[in-house]
Amino acid sequence: MTTTTRIERHHYDVVVIGAGGAGLRAAIEARLAGKKTAIISKSLFGKAHTVMAEGGAAAAMGNVNSRDSWPVHFRDTMRGGKFLNNFRMAELHAKESPQRIWELETYGALFDRTKDGRISQRNFGGHEYPRLAHVGDRTGLELIRTLQQKIVSLQQEDRREHGSYDARIRVFAETTITELLLDGDRVAGAFGYYRESGEFILFEAPAVVLATGGVGRSYKVTSNSWEYTGDGHALALRAGATLINMEFLQFHPTGMVWPPSVKGILVTESVRGDGGILKNSEGKRFMFDYVPDVFRKQYADSEAEADRWYEDPDHNRRPPELLPRDEVARAINSEVKAGRGTPAGGVYLDIASRLPAEEIRRRLPSMYHQFKELADVDITREPMEVGPTCHYVMGGVEVDPDSGAAFGHVRGLFAAGEVSGGMHGSNRLGGNSLSDLLVFGKRAGGHAASYADGLASRPQVPVPAVETAVETALAPLQRDTGESPYVLQQDLQAVMGELVGIIRREGELVDALARLGELRERVAKVSAAGGRRYNPGWHLALDLRNMLVVSECTAKAALERRESRGGHTREDHPTMDPAWRRVNQVCSLEGDIVHLDRKPLPRMRPELFALFDRAELAKYLTDEELAEFDALTEEER
Amino acid sequence: MGTEKSQAAGAPATKRQFRIWRGDETGGDLKEYLVEVKEGEVVLDIIHRLQSTEAPDLACRWNCKAGKCGSCSVEINGKPKLACMTRMSTFTADETISVTPLRTFPIVRDLVTDVSFNYEKARETPAFAPPPGVTPGDYRMQQVDVERSQEFRKCIECFLCQTVCHVIRDHEENKPAFAGPRYFIRAAELDMHPLDARDDRKEYAQAEQGLGYCNITKCCTEVCPEHIKITDNGIIPMKERVVDRKYDPLVWLGNKIFRRGQVPQTSVTSEHSPGAVRAPAAGPPGFHSHAGASHDPKAEAQAQAGVNWHREVPKPTAPTLDESGKLPLTELTFDRPAAPSPFGEDVSFPLPPEHLNYAHPEQDKH
Ligand SMILES: Cc1cc2nc3c(=O)[nH]c(=O)nc-3n(C[C@H](O)[C@H](O)[C@H](O)COP(=O)(O)OP(=O)(O)OC[C@H]3O[C@@H](n4cnc5c(N)ncnc54)[C@H](O)[C@@H]3O)c2cc1C
Ligand code: SF4
Ligand code: SF4
Ligand code: FES
Repeated sequence: MTTTTRIERHHYDVVVIGAGGAGLRAAIEARLAGKKTAIISKSLFGKAHTVMAEGGAAAAMGNVNSRDSWPVHFRDTMRGGKFLNNFRMAELHAKESPQRIWELETYGALFDRTKDGRISQRNFGGHEYPRLAHVGDRTGLELIRTLQQKIVSLQQEDRREHGSYDARIRVFAETTITELLLDGDRVAGAFGYYRESGEFILFEAPAVVLATGGVGRSYKVTSNSWEYTGDGHALALRAGATLINMEFLQFHPTGMVWPPSVKGILVTESVRGDGGILKNSEGKRFMFDYVPDVFRKQYADSEAEADRWYEDPDHNRRPPELLPRDEVARAINSEVKAGRGTPAGGVYLDIASRLPAEEIRRRLPSMYHQFKELADVDITREPMEVGPTCHYVMGGVEVDPDSGAAFGHVRGLFAAGEVSGGMHGSNRLGGNSLSDLLVFGKRAGGHAASYADGLASRPQVPVPAVETAVETALAPLQRDTGESPYVLQQDLQAVMGELVGIIRREGELVDALARLGELRERVAKVSAAGGRRYNPGWHLALDLRNMLVVSECTAKAALERRESRGGHTREDHPTMDPAWRRVNQVCSLEGDIVHLDRKPLPRMRPELFALFDRAELAKYLTDEELAEFDALTEEER
Repeated sequence: MGTEKSQAAGAPATKRQFRIWRGDETGGDLKEYLVEVKEGEVVLDIIHRLQSTEAPDLACRWNCKAGKCGSCSVEINGKPKLACMTRMSTFTADETISVTPLRTFPIVRDLVTDVSFNYEKARETPAFAPPPGVTPGDYRMQQVDVERSQEFRKCIECFLCQTVCHVIRDHEENKPAFAGPRYFIRAAELDMHPLDARDDRKEYAQAEQGLGYCNITKCCTEVCPEHIKITDNGIIPMKERVVDRKYDPLVWLGNKIFRRGQVPQTSVTSEHSPGAVRAPAAGPPGFHSHAGASHDPKAEAQAQAGVNWHREVPKPTAPTLDESGKLPLTELTFDRPAAPSPFGEDVSFPLPPEHLNYAHPEQDKH
């Protein structure tokens, strides 16, 4: 095959890679700042992962319980992340989410309402008050559609002003970016291909915002789609940026486990928020046995109290089904391992015996629909069979909290949404992602725009880098001796699922690294059959190297972190170690070798520290830190 | 674990016959595949199995595999469906299952079509107009009032309704003037939005989106995986109220017809449409061409023939209204399938050109 390399070129001020919540919000901000903006997405416009989010978007608006406020939300977020969060991100997030949600209403969003006509908010695991703005159980759809329609409205403005919809903001759907191009240490552009035609495309732009989402495709049982191959993570690494917290992956406790074809697909947490309970095969409501000490104060210890909470949350403690996700996932895992699981290897999630059928259909319409059509299960009559599924990656690009600018030695690169790291610490609370997308999407878009403004000269795309990118992209098509990308993906998923899964052990992690090393050799020789037009085999072959490098980061970081915290559970180090709380593990790339460094966590500001009880902090902090805390509170008095 | 249950159910994996359309815009045909099928699987699983075995480059869109993103739309045994929501257990054991791309849109490759038509129509629909003077955070709406619009906002943009609608399914020529059911409900949604500041959504749908082409066959409602009542709750109320306000349907019809120098819109809703209305319920379709434009020569001829613009036209008569003062358009209470004509049962289409009172802007040149 000859390489006829026609490359379409475009010039933009800001290129946003990713058309989920974070990407669209960033693009809106960049366009509002007057920048010529491109949005790039691997799938069609409006199909990004955000569309699948069900439960809601967390924002302390205090519409349902007026005691809610940003400090409470901040506290819940830090608790959920086991104090490993970047405190500044958690603070900005808690403060700015309400405005970001209200802003969506001005774009046309229609959230469910309270009786007095405000945005209704629902309970969710780890949140002290009802806090999640929602639309039935299709909040993600509402969010992405609203942003999509806002972009259309900006395009309509541009058309009136400049005669073309695409004058200042253009969507490149079904286009995959394979490489970022640098001029020295400055971002100069992005290179990729149209999936439809297989033709190459080059964006020249001084500022790039990564909003590519997560990495879940490296696992077999996952709620994530084919898009989640860690492209943004890998692009950032290769451009000289760093990743943090890659050992923390969230396994959602309640994925469907039956029938097998839908294994991994999510059952929203609102099922539990609305009264659903977890039972093992013996019919026991087992979560009461799994409330960790740090949470005893907030969670009920009897069924009676737990049941009263739904009606009277101010005078009762919460049911343990609403513990943070990692706790619930681990509990289910233990029950199944102890032989008390269902035939399909999960546990029962029962809402049928808790609410009238009519009420279930009203509150959980898409769950009802999904179970009915996919599994032929009527959730108003029978319990569901659920088990943990890989869901979300807490780790991601290490960024400046205020601007979303990537750390490491690269300028002009920004990241927001699931691809960025730090905000959620070691574990994300449900509902915090959708608001994270809006808060940090806006910030990244705005700062990318001002960075582009501040440049004295536009960086130039170096020609050799483009040639290399073309060669790398075409290589799998030109080889016919290598293995099939599908086989390699299955092998990678097997390694990650079995050896770097929900419960980890030193020996297995060492083994995983060795196997990933072998896979790296095989992936380097992958070959894809067929041509360049819409060829999923070829696309997967190109995604594989990203999945691989990101998996290596996860395995390495998981091996090093000798404690259990949030989304990282070590069977050989089962407890939390306060010394490890002070440490972020930072991944960088040298050649194609993943390098791991330790870096101290930024110190929380005193007034934020003061939001917590000393007794609570004692569970997380080292003695040394506690002494500092005591000194601080002394001063204040 | 999972296998225990399937063994208990006594249903081991079996091989099933599939016919999948392979090709691109230059042509292609149905290829036969014999594929393993396990219990509890959906059609998308089978496509994935083919990709990872004998057909690694088989093109197909998907994302969520849970009926939430609307990516995996194809035609299964001729019926527009989501591949991820079509369970294999819905077919009989010896049935050959054909999977073909959406017929209404141009082929890209295999099961992937170029759906950009829909995104263009989305761009043309005027966006939400925020109420002036209401600051963010001060929006107040009652649940009952948002629910009507929320029904339409459930749309996952799978475009199954768009592909099934006979107005464009085999009529490429109607595409420029017709936005399709997905965008009628977008207009309806904004029309019913409690705080939208524009009040011309219905009129816009009628004048710019080609709402008049729709003759309420309800095929769109039938295929909608979100079970949105596209016709009953979206299209009909809009039609009803546009007619209501304009009062005189014939005058209105005259205003719109030939707007873009096109085939009279009424011709689409009459004679040659019934055949194209419903997709065959089952059975493999033959090869189908995606050439598009199957222009109706008769309508074309009529359009070209010209009319006598100075003739006498009969006075329009008001249609009968029901006790509420509206046209009796409610499908539920009506005595026949589909909705009655908003123009009265005694008017049939196409109208004879002599009955039109339209004055062509360039009539003097003729
Ligand atoms: C089933 C499910 C339910 C969830 N429920 C909730 C919930 O209730 N509440 C909550 O807060 N969170 C929830 N989440 C998490 C949340 O939905 C995601 O974390 C969030 O949507 C991620 O958004 P994003 O903007 O970062 O990326 P995404 O929405 O995933 O978008 C990524 C975009 O990047 C593009 N992209 C990726 N790689 C490339 C490339 N190489 N080139 C070009 N484009 C690329 C993709 O095409 C896509 O457009 C849920 C997640 C899942 C899977
Ligand atoms: S009712 Fe029939 S004609 Fe009208 S939009 Fe739906 S499918 Fe098309
Ligand atoms: S209205 Fe229904 S059929 Fe049409 S695009 Fe939306 S979800 Fe699909
Ligand atoms: S894959 Fe999302 S609807 Fe089928």
